[in-house]
Amino acid sequence: MKPGEQLKFRDPVRAKALTTRLEELVKEIGRDPISVMHVCGSHEQAIARFGLRTAFPLKLDVVMGPGCPVCITDVPEVDEAVALALQGVRVCTYGDMVRVPGTVKSLADVRGDGANIEVVYGIDQAVELARKSTEEIVFFATGFETTAVATAAALLNDPPKNFSVLSAHKYIPPVMEIVTEMPGSRIEGFLAAGHAAIITGSGVFEAFVNTHKVPVVVAGFEPLDILAALVKLVELVRDQKPEVVNMFPRCVTHEGNKVAQEQLWKVFTPTGGRWRGIAHVPNGNLRLREEWAAFDTRKRFNIDVSRLWDYAPPKLLGQCICGEIMSGSKSPKHCALFGKECLPENPVGACMVSSEGTCRIWHQYGGHLDLRGIS
Amino acid sequence: MCLGVPGKVMSVDGLVAVVDFWGVQKQVSLHIVDEPVVPGDYILNHVGYAIRKIPQEEIAETLAMYDELLDGKPEDLMRQDVESEVGASRERPS
Ligand code: SF4
Repeated sequence: MKPGEQLKFRDPVRAKALTTRLEELVKEIGRDPISVMHVCGSHEQAIARFGLRTAFPLKLDVVMGPGCPVCITDVPEVDEAVALALQGVRVCTYGDMVRVPGTVKSLADVRGDGANIEVVYGIDQAVELARKSTEEIVFFATGFETTAVATAAALLNDPPKNFSVLSAHKYIPPVMEIVTEMPGSRIEGFLAAGHAAIITGSGVFEAFVNTHKVPVVVAGFEPLDILAALVKLVELVRDQKPEVVNMFPRCVTHEGNKVAQEQLWKVFTPTGGRWRGIAHVPNGNLRLREEWAAFDTRKRFNIDVSRLWDYAPPKLLGQCICGEIMSGSKSPKHCALFGKECLPENPVGACMVSSEGTCRIWHQYGGHLDLRGIS
Repeated sequence: MCLGVPGKVMSVDGLVAVVDFWGVQKQVSLHIVDEPVVPGDYILNHVGYAIRKIPQEEIAETLAMYDELLDGKPEDLMRQDVESEVGASRERPS
């Protein structure tokens, strides 16, 4: 497919007007590059799928940050799930998690060693499994706040006693601070993910904007939504106006979904923890509250990760630069393994496993998508 | 795993709705949606839970975007994500 052909908009006239406006704004600012970050795998998919980077001004860098929930699930968290599975506990999780590497093994690797791993689409299927059996069922729960609310609701809905949750849920707002504060960070603005903001509301970003003086624009997933949000964001950068602007009002409100938030915070509490390859993120992890100890896998089982140290770590993993990619300082084209040793069918790092990982997305939609100027 | 998927509510029984996604009917939980949901409404489904009721005037626009995504090739990542979100809701007991 030629880059031009990817640019299929439902409203080409509006798309043209938006890209022209973007071009003008970047010219007015006159710096090179202007870097903004989005924190959502679905945004990267849309940008790549619709060839949007061919339409962005050359001097505008739109980078993907830590927006892939599977990818930022930390190595020790995967280790816990793998160790449990090796201890003979039945572990259920979302499909993409199965191939994500831990220190030495992924869940898929230990399937061969007799571990009982179940892929589910949603937590309710894991709860159902537990209801139908007397066996211990662990749900390895990953994902951002949008997914964590489902975990919370399931726990509040009277799950059976043989069910527990190994939470690796993450909370997006705090990581934006970390990425902005990183030495050498060039990020001048953020596009926030529309569907996560359905839950939290656009207001959740105000504290960050006030302390860090970096604008945040909430964006939808249509190519036109993304372009319109970028125009707004670059305008705010030009005017040095650190504000939160909601450009996805057809889904997102200022205060968000209160019913969901109430359930989320009834079950979870934010704690500090590492995000894979990035940093320790204060308040970036969602863990079960003390009251939920009976359903907390970590309290229920003695998880013995030491048994994993008998295995040798995978050879190439040390060369993976996923962390630098997710913090926005590198792109997949800086990785020597990209598209060679590391492929979707044989992934080395987490960013090539998940459909929301930058490496996987770039690989799927034609390697480097930096085709600007060609069309 | 962040993209919700729209579907049309066919029936509601307590906090469980039967929702139609492009001809596939599934059960979706209404535990976290913050508005009353009745048959005929459209909701956004994420991992088996309705996270939002789609306002009337925005239904057409929302559906059009997903129609376009589902038009993609089978290996298209967005199409796959949309399909797995549909799969995330529970099978309807027959
Ligand atoms: S291409 Fe593979 S090895 Fe390289 S950064 Fe991406 S996931 Fe890691």
